[in-house]
Amino acid sequence: MPQNNVTELENRTGERHAPAAAPTHAMNLGGLIGNEPRLDLENEKVCLRVEGLNLHYGGKQALNNVSMTIPEKRVTAFIGPSGCGKSTLLRCFNRMNDLIDNVRIDGRIALHDLDVYGKDVNVADLRRRIGMVFQKPNPFPKTIYDNVAYGLRIQGIRNRRVLDEAVERSLKSAALWPEVKDRLNDNAMGLSGGQQQRLVIARAIAIEPEVLLLDEPASALDPISTLKIEELIYELKTDYTIVIVTHNMQQAARVSDYTAYMYLGEMIEYRDTGTLFTKPRNKMTEDYITGRYG
Amino acid sequence: MSSIPKHISKQFDNELEDVRSRVLAMGGLVERQLENAMQSLSNSDSALAQSVIETEVQVNTMEVSIDEECTRILARRQPTAGDLRLITAVIKTITDLERVGDEAEKIARMAIDLIEQQGSRSYYVGISNLGQLAMTILHDALDAFARMDSGAALATAGMEPKSDEQYGAILRELITYMMEDPRSISSVIDAVWVARSLERIADHSRNICEYVIYLVEGKDVRHISIAQMEQEVRG
Repeated sequence: MPQNNVTELENRTGERHAPAAAPTHAMNLGGLIGNEPRLDLENEKVCLRVEGLNLHYGGKQALNNVSMTIPEKRVTAFIGPSGCGKSTLLRCFNRMNDLIDNVRIDGRIALHDLDVYGKDVNVADLRRRIGMVFQKPNPFPKTIYDNVAYGLRIQGIRNRRVLDEAVERSLKSAALWPEVKDRLNDNAMGLSGGQQQRLVIARAIAIEPEVLLLDEPASALDPISTLKIEELIYELKTDYTIVIVTHNMQQAARVSDYTAYMYLGEMIEYRDTGTLFTKPRNKMTEDYITGRYG
Repeated sequence: MSSIPKHISKQFDNELEDVRSRVLAMGGLVERQLENAMQSLSNSDSALAQSVIETEVQVNTMEVSIDEECTRILARRQPTAGDLRLITAVIKTITDLERVGDEAEKIARMAIDLIEQQGSRSYYVGISNLGQLAMTILHDALDAFARMDSGAALATAGMEPKSDEQYGAILRELITYMMEDPRSISSVIDAVWVARSLERIADHSRNICEYVIYLVEGKDVRHISIAQMEQEVRG
């Protein structure tokens, strides 16, 4: 065994010293030290693909020729100053912008093989596959149980046992079960802000979407609730593709695998979070994440 | 890029500028330590050598306080990108500077020994040349840090292998002395230690150059040859 390790070490060293090795920067060795393999967008399965996306609110252009891929079962964060288009882009994924008048969208978004803006797309179906959670927790004024079961009932599921199981599973996934299991019939409005937000996440995942869009999910919460939500995001990425918009750069650095920096409707830089926060390639990204004047 | 571009938070700017200038002050102190140690050796000045030994406490205190300041900045500001690289580079640089100080102190102690023994001084020429080289490398490394100049850091790191060559040559010379006159062994061994310390100082200075390259370019160039370093920095 020790011998193997030595050989392995030699191989690595050899690799680093071989002139044939591509001019990768030496920081690549970092990937060998942690448990997680180094992230690389090129090697990810694509969940959402955006191509040449432009969006105008009336005469004002909010997204300018955005192209990117969102990797499957990873956390992708959008950061950028107010008005940079990060929420607008997030809302394009499940066509939330359709609800606003005067919006013109061109370009293409694909969820796996589905053309999101295709003519025969059933938007309700699309939103079932791509769930969304907003900044302010928005539970329905119903019981905790009914909140989580809501989407399933709309789908026509009436079987009490199926519903019970789904509610329990979703609340457990949302890390809320221990706190509410004895009061499932209490009104959801009585929960704390952090609990409400986790309830909303439970409601979103009860219908088993593929993608979860989180728009500033923790910005209205206290630090402990924020950490719980962040922990939850980490747990959820084993089952879901997560896209999060956040004003809190440290939050993006903590929870995401990939980070995209947007400015004035353009995608300025998009790469693995570790690199973006230690060695951004773009000066504008550097100025933003280090808190400098642009 | 002689100074750090401004943050929205002026206080943060002040903190980073303060850390940076304290590193340079520590560097200046260590540089003077080395100069004085070498001078005490060539001028047989025990008092000067003694002052080098006493300065060591000051260098250690500076290392600890800069370290503390860096930890405070990490906790309070959560620096990213270039700021984060500056803090990591500083933490590493001051460790190497403190060790340069240790080596200078060792040289000063050897100087006192050598002065007492009043042995032959014919081998001082080689040591004095190596001392000059080590001082140049240290000075240029600190200069590259002050100006955040990765090109200068690269050029300075490129001088370090010369110190290895000179050290090897001195060693061969000193061995000859010991073989010729066994009574000289104890003083020549002191001279070996001085040469060894100078060679180590060049190594530490090269490390500082590597941190400067990391700070400026975001490229980790440790543990690779000078040729590969050039490729990384220019590539």
